[in-house]
Amino acid sequence: MDFRDTSAEAAFRDEIRAWLSENLVGEFAALGGRGGPADERGWDTRIEWERTLGRDRWVGMSWPEEYGGRNLNFSQQVIFNEEYAKANAPARISFFGEGLFAPTLIAYGTHEQKSRFLPKIQSVDELWCQGYSEPDAGSDLSNVATRAVRDGDEWVINGQKVWTTLAHRAQWCFVVARTEAGSTGHKGLSYLLVPMDQPGVEIRPLRQMTGSAEFNEVYFSDARTSADLVLGEVGDGWAVAMATLGFERGTAFMSQQLAFQRELREVIEVAQGNGRSKEATTRQDLADSYIGVQVMKYNGMRMLTDLVARGVIGPSSSIGKLFWSNWHRTLGERAMDVLGTDALLVASEGNGEYELEDFHQIFMSSRAETIYAGASEIQRNIIGERVLGLPREPR
Amino acid sequence: MNFAFSEEQDQLRDVVRRFVEEKSSEEEVRRLMDTEVGYDPNVWAQMANELGLQSLHIPEEFGGQGFSFVELAIVFEEQGRRLLCSPYFATVALATNAILNAGTTDEKAALLPGIASGETIATLAFTEPNGRWDADGITMVAREDGGGWVLDGTKMFVIDGNNADLIVVAARTAGTSGEAGISFFTVAGDAQGLTRTALATMDQTRKQSKLEFAGVKATPLGAAGQGWSALSKTLDQAAVCLSNEMAGGAQFVLDMSVEYAKVRVQFGRPIGSFQAIKHKCADMLLEVESAKSAAYYSAWAAGEDNEELPVVASLSKAYCSDAYFHATAENIQIHGGIGFTWEHPAHLYFKRAKSSEILLGDATYHRELLAQRIGI
Ligand SMILES: Cc1cc2nc3c(=O)[nH]c(=O)nc-3n(C[C@H](O)[C@H](O)[C@H](O)COP(=O)(O)OP(=O)(O)OC[C@H]3O[C@@H](n4cnc5c(N)ncnc54)[C@H](O)[C@@H]3O)c2cc1C
Repeated sequence: MDFRDTSAEAAFRDEIRAWLSENLVGEFAALGGRGGPADERGWDTRIEWERTLGRDRWVGMSWPEEYGGRNLNFSQQVIFNEEYAKANAPARISFFGEGLFAPTLIAYGTHEQKSRFLPKIQSVDELWCQGYSEPDAGSDLSNVATRAVRDGDEWVINGQKVWTTLAHRAQWCFVVARTEAGSTGHKGLSYLLVPMDQPGVEIRPLRQMTGSAEFNEVYFSDARTSADLVLGEVGDGWAVAMATLGFERGTAFMSQQLAFQRELREVIEVAQGNGRSKEATTRQDLADSYIGVQVMKYNGMRMLTDLVARGVIGPSSSIGKLFWSNWHRTLGERAMDVLGTDALLVASEGNGEYELEDFHQIFMSSRAETIYAGASEIQRNIIGERVLGLPREPR
Repeated sequence: MNFAFSEEQDQLRDVVRRFVEEKSSEEEVRRLMDTEVGYDPNVWAQMANELGLQSLHIPEEFGGQGFSFVELAIVFEEQGRRLLCSPYFATVALATNAILNAGTTDEKAALLPGIASGETIATLAFTEPNGRWDADGITMVAREDGGGWVLDGTKMFVIDGNNADLIVVAARTAGTSGEAGISFFTVAGDAQGLTRTALATMDQTRKQSKLEFAGVKATPLGAAGQGWSALSKTLDQAAVCLSNEMAGGAQFVLDMSVEYAKVRVQFGRPIGSFQAIKHKCADMLLEVESAKSAAYYSAWAAGEDNEELPVVASLSKAYCSDAYFHATAENIQIHGGIGFTWEHPAHLYFKRAKSSEILLGDATYHRELLAQRIGI
């Protein structure tokens, strides 16, 4: 047990600091670290920034070198993310491509597929979105009804996806579709890679409670993709889809707590500014949030040590997901308590504009975090059944 | 960065686990909690002679083995799993740390070898009838009398006070208040003028005493009037030890709940297949794992003796107190009627959790302390 950097880790940390201080300047630095993957504020500048990262292979840093990566291990990725957060660098946009799709592609893709897609993710020329959920397939993803049928050397896709974040920005979508007619449940599904810019794909924005429209309905009407753009075997899409979810619940959020620490600091500062920090209940709340974010950090370090030793995270990543999403939701509520009557007003309102302050953003967007990437109830089922070995509920 | 125990530490855990399982069966816990001393002197001697547990973190120059708080944490966690009835917490977490923090080299050389060898059972008497855990709670006045020191007043909730051969006492010089003027003294358990009364404890697995001092002659420990920083550090270190003990107990009741949820059948299926029960267990696991993370990290900080310790000690004490109590409460609910009986062990853990939560300051107290320590 030792929480200090090894000398190699310290040297790596210095390298990142140097890179950031050289590159994170001007309008990039001005963006600050706010926002998340589904937050479109400062979009164009953030794209430019992300391209700067990609140019120097900080996008895709964990990938094998033959695909342009740096082959960095988990500890190094965490060190990068720590320094990135400390430098208050902009929130990343390539979450779906770099964070979810790329690791799945590396695990399941052919050499051709990797060579085709990874460089464009790194150069931020192609963004991805996640085509899982449908009106009748949410928590029960195996109920997917979108169909894909072979027609010569193409797949023809029909059906509807919903809640598809950033579909309107993405060039590609990884789609879970039923490729075996008459199949049900986990069987007969495939993981298709579908270009978004084509006549058969229609995107309709859905406005969220935050006022903005970052997710969408996506309609496939005879949409087409090339026959070789199936990830994994045809009919084996369930396993591939689950691998993506594993990354989504595990490593993709490992550095989440760093951004959370900054948010908590801001809430504490506001409480100190308006005097609430002198009230006993507020002090209890703020201390409790502090404890939570630290515990999240310790849990993350234990998980990382385990990951480095064993190579896999497994279902215990559900513990992390459950923890951080609940913690963040509570922080949002406490931020409102700290604001008091200031919480009654948003940044701007009227003319169809409904623009939120940062604390409102936390308060509202955190309501989605206990729903997506597996709702909290589903996480508890996974922990109960796959970690503790409790009997399954009747299905 | 590496958040794992070493191979040697894992071996220590194995040895202690086997020992505690053998010596602290539920039956034995029940037998001991009904006795006045509340521990088995033979087991105490074996802990010292065969396993060297009392000497673990005492430096070698004072008869110890010079290990760190991480090893100590392992021992506390394992004891917590089985509610080992023993003056170990009082002797090692409280008295030994107080002596290490406050004593001069000569004082340590005089006091610690006896503890390390298992000959001396010791405790720390600092709480008073006011039930406070901070500096202001210490009102007992030490006065100089003919070149020596004399203590008058009452100490309460003194853990294993009746068992202790050596009592480390925190008192203050007349006319001082708060953190100024606090001094440590040592007093023999059988000192003249000292009346020891065993208290009727809600948690019967850990004995407490009331100690009444009437003109008791006391030996100074460390510099007079300079004791607060050593006491504060001792309380932080003890909170770290207790956090690990609580994490061990919490894991044990979680296992108990999960086991029962798999085998108890109602409505034609195991109750663990109902989400109401399954989700309780999932939440318990989250809290137990988190309690361990906090407890282990705090043990590391205590071992490093770094500036993080005060914050991390309060954090860990607050989190583990809540997690342990919650786990023991849910454990009763998951067991239904049987969990409410005297025969079932659930109440032993429930009571130990509550007493551990209150001991050294409850979660509310430590959250406030934490707020101060992080500058809120
Ligand atoms: C902001 C946001 C962004 C999203 N982005 C994407 C995206 O990019 N791509 C994508 O594919 N999807 C996306 N989603 C969809 C998300 O994955 C689903 O919302 C989620 O899987 C839940 O499905 P549902 O909304 O149909 O709710 P339901 O599954 O209908 O769940 C409703 C409630 O019932 C509970 N419930 C369901 N089944 C059980 C059970 N077995 N036991 C106990 N309780 C149960 C749930 O926990 C929940 O509380 C996004 C969602 C949000 C909110």
